[in-house]
Amino acid sequence: MITAERKPFGEIADMVQDAKKLLILGCGSCVTVCMAGGEKEVAMLASAMRLANRKAGRKADIREATIERQCDREWFDKVAEDIEWADAVLSMACGVGAQFCGEAFEGKRVVPALNTKFYGATERQGVWVERCAGCGKCVLADFGGVCPIARCSKSLLNGPCGGSQDGKCEVDPDRLDCGWQLIHDRMKLLGLLDRLEAVQPLKDWSAGGDGGPGRIVREDATL
Amino acid sequence: MNALKSGSRLEQVLAAGQFAVTAELGPPKSADVEVIKTKAASLKSVVDAVNITDNQTAIVRMSSIAAGALAMKEGLEPVIQITCRDRNRIAIQSDVLGACALGLRNILCLTGDHQVFGNHPTSRNVYDMDSIQLLAMLKGMRDGKKFACGDDIRNGKNAPVVEPRIFIGAAANPFGDPFEFRVVRLAKKAAAGADFVQTQCIYDMERFERWMKQVRDRGLHEKVKILAGVTPLKSLGMAKHMRDNVAGLTVPDFCIERLEKAADKAAEGIAICVEQIQKLREIPGVAGVHIMAIEWEAKVPEIVNRAGLAPRPQV
Repeated sequence: MITAERKPFGEIADMVQDAKKLLILGCGSCVTVCMAGGEKEVAMLASAMRLANRKAGRKADIREATIERQCDREWFDKVAEDIEWADAVLSMACGVGAQFCGEAFEGKRVVPALNTKFYGATERQGVWVERCAGCGKCVLADFGGVCPIARCSKSLLNGPCGGSQDGKCEVDPDRLDCGWQLIHDRMKLLGLLDRLEAVQPLKDWSAGGDGGPGRIVREDATL
Repeated sequence: MNALKSGSRLEQVLAAGQFAVTAELGPPKSADVEVIKTKAASLKSVVDAVNITDNQTAIVRMSSIAAGALAMKEGLEPVIQITCRDRNRIAIQSDVLGACALGLRNILCLTGDHQVFGNHPTSRNVYDMDSIQLLAMLKGMRDGKKFACGDDIRNGKNAPVVEPRIFIGAAANPFGDPFEFRVVRLAKKAAAGADFVQTQCIYDMERFERWMKQVRDRGLHEKVKILAGVTPLKSLGMAKHMRDNVAGLTVPDFCIERLEKAADKAAEGIAICVEQIQKLREIPGVAGVHIMAIEWEAKVPEIVNRAGLAPRPQV
């Protein structure tokens, strides 16, 4: 999923202080799972905003809604009326959803309530961890299913740097495992350790973010 | 005898089978040329070559190539460090051509310290490649006479090919984890194109010897010249800092204890370093020593003298 965290309340309040009619729009997909921008979080943010407005003596109407996904146009139909009504939409989707909302309603001011973080998974209740860097050319097969790009702080493809100690990464030993220790251990378990002796050539980064804004076209699926 | 790859002094010393001595010169955190002149004066004629560090620990300093060119004017032979942290393949290849044009002949390929440790922790890193890919790229430039993209190193279709004639180095850290992969890293570096390696500073001799045995078992010491790294401990505080805060480095208790007991900590630090060099010279497969006297370049002549490594051979 795409993970995100809510921005600090003060920052959000500053962005929408001029809006007399505010729609807080949640997203029912990834950010619901990572507890950043689903229905619950919309309700919590809305009450905090109402309270802050009351305290500051500011008059503003706040509506709440959550749609299935903000990264597909069709779901916006349900809330089209609310969006038209609002001076500003506070999107609680990831950066993709927030932008898409703005594209669907040109001329409407859409601001993000979240900071989008990474492609991640739920490690345990309340903890999300990065697993993929979206490089556009998956190399997991060469590394025992552990991604060196996403999980090594330096995205090294040929083994651990000198900063790997006791399985931890020197960048933040309390929080980060050394990705290369994980790769090494997994390859050993799989009996494939000798494959790590091959020198990995320069990577083609143009397949991912370095190739400019991404676009996938499936001729067979287009209308 | 094989033709020399670069003709650098360091290459010649090693090719002649002499025990090589290199040191380190950290460029200034300013545009102050005097810093380089002062440090160079301590090192001139004392060592075979001097590493010019590339924004080590991710703290901004004068560029290694500029500082290296200045150090060369002062009579030193520089080893230019290049890290993968700050530049992509375009910038690095460009810098290698530039370094070579300035007469710099040794280049050391490093991954580079992560920027969180330096004075611009909010910066973006590059890591377009890792140190092993960098080695392969430089070997491809020198021996294949081609850029990483496959183009010939020439200014035009009818222009001569003028490739960088460089002696290519790498680092090796026997103290990082996983230990059993450390020798594999060296094997990969040798395969990718390293002519010589300099190791992380050695205090834990027992672990270094275990690593060297693995190196010899694979015959790697015959493919790549291994320079053992040492760093004299200036003070008890420095020893403890190295032990507790530097990943990939172990400082055994006996070093700490000796410094604790010594009245003159700095003198004891030098004495430990000299003894270490003498022990390292006895290890088969060690082709030289790399003395990293961090902001203590002035002490290098004394260390070299006391270790019996002076004078340096004429080549």
